Amino acid sequence: MASIKITKNNFTQEVENSKIPVLVDFWAPWCGPCKMIAPVIEEISEEVSGIKVCKVNVDEEQELAGKFGVMSIPTLLFIKDGKVVRSSIGAKPKEAILRMMDIK
Amino acid sequence: MSDVIIIGAGPAGLSAALYILRAGYSADIIGMDGGALEKAEKIENYFGIDGLISGKELVRRGRAQVERLNGNFIKDEVVGISWNGDFEVETVNGIFASKAVIIASGASRKKLRIKGLNEFEGKGVSYCAVCDAFFFRGKDVALLGSGEYALHEAQELLPLVKSLTLLTDGAEIKADFPDEIKIVEKPVEMFFGKNIVEGARFKDGSEMRFSGVFVAAGSAKAGDLAKKLGVSEDNGKITVDENMRTDIPGVFAAGDCTGGVLQVSVSVGEGAKAALSAISFLREKNA
Repeated sequence: MASIKITKNNFTQEVENSKIPVLVDFWAPWCGPCKMIAPVIEEISEEVSGIKVCKVNVDEEQELAGKFGVMSIPTLLFIKDGKVVRSSIGAKPKEAILRMMDIK
Repeated sequence: MSDVIIIGAGPAGLSAALYILRAGYSADIIGMDGGALEKAEKIENYFGIDGLISGKELVRRGRAQVERLNGNFIKDEVVGISWNGDFEVETVNGIFASKAVIIASGASRKKLRIKGLNEFEGKGVSYCAVCDAFFFRGKDVALLGSGEYALHEAQELLPLVKSLTLLTDGAEIKADFPDEIKIVEKPVEMFFGKNIVEGARFKDGSEMRFSGVFVAAGSAKAGDLAKKLGVSEDNGKITVDENMRTDIPGVFAAGDCTGGVLQVSVSVGEGAKAALSAISFLREKNA
């Protein structure tokens, strides 16, 4: 499944009320490391079933970045039942991102 | 534009350069000196060399070999790196582009140990001004550093922040900082805050409040460059596979910056492997 672009309008529906766990990638177009990990995030989105991958452009969605206290990008959050269960700052290899979601 | 930029002119970087150049590709080698090897008085455990050579002489010979193959040496300090289809390496005096990058910039022997730096990483402590300056628009921000690298980060921050204070932590100022930056030269005891960083306490007991601190102490180290590029690293050591590839295509690393045993022989071997991986990458890219 392709990743979903999150705005403040679809956040509640896609993330907070999601029935399946969500990996949220906070990124921005000017952020080099974000661009570098973007293909990995897409791969995870296509390959891993049972989760949803969402992307928040912090430049456009400053409220959402603020809501989660994001002060450094890339930031990845793993959200289950509307709650952040794991978070990770900076670019990480695919294995580390999968591990963060307890997927091997 | 060159085929490969090699950051670092120690044994790993020079060894990589030999393989790149001998394969017919061009290489820019950027570095200030020959690294830790230059400081070794005598090399006694290197295959085929019987103890009559100093580290400095070994570096000189390696460099001469690379020069004979027309390797382009640039004596400069790397302050930034980015990717936009090609790689761009920014130094104090210029910008250089390449199709691939080999990071061989050595290991920093001293590590910055100020309480709060690890704890607040991503919570007000940042290692990448270009990535994170946005979050500190209109805020009072501190910058830990005192040299050209800090100046480079300051230039990213100044247009956005309300105020910028340079914390030298007692280090000598080695760059020409603009007047609008306030300079505090006292040694830093710790960074404090509740959930996010709120300020610094100095060793003399005084305190200063700010919303964020950018770390650019000394020169840009391998781990700093990795963070800017999105290459994974662990505690300043770049993560590589057995062929010295990082997890980002086109970026390779070799020598002390990948951790391990810090031996010349290992650096030379890793430099060769990184170069061979870079050559395969270039062949595939050009295919």
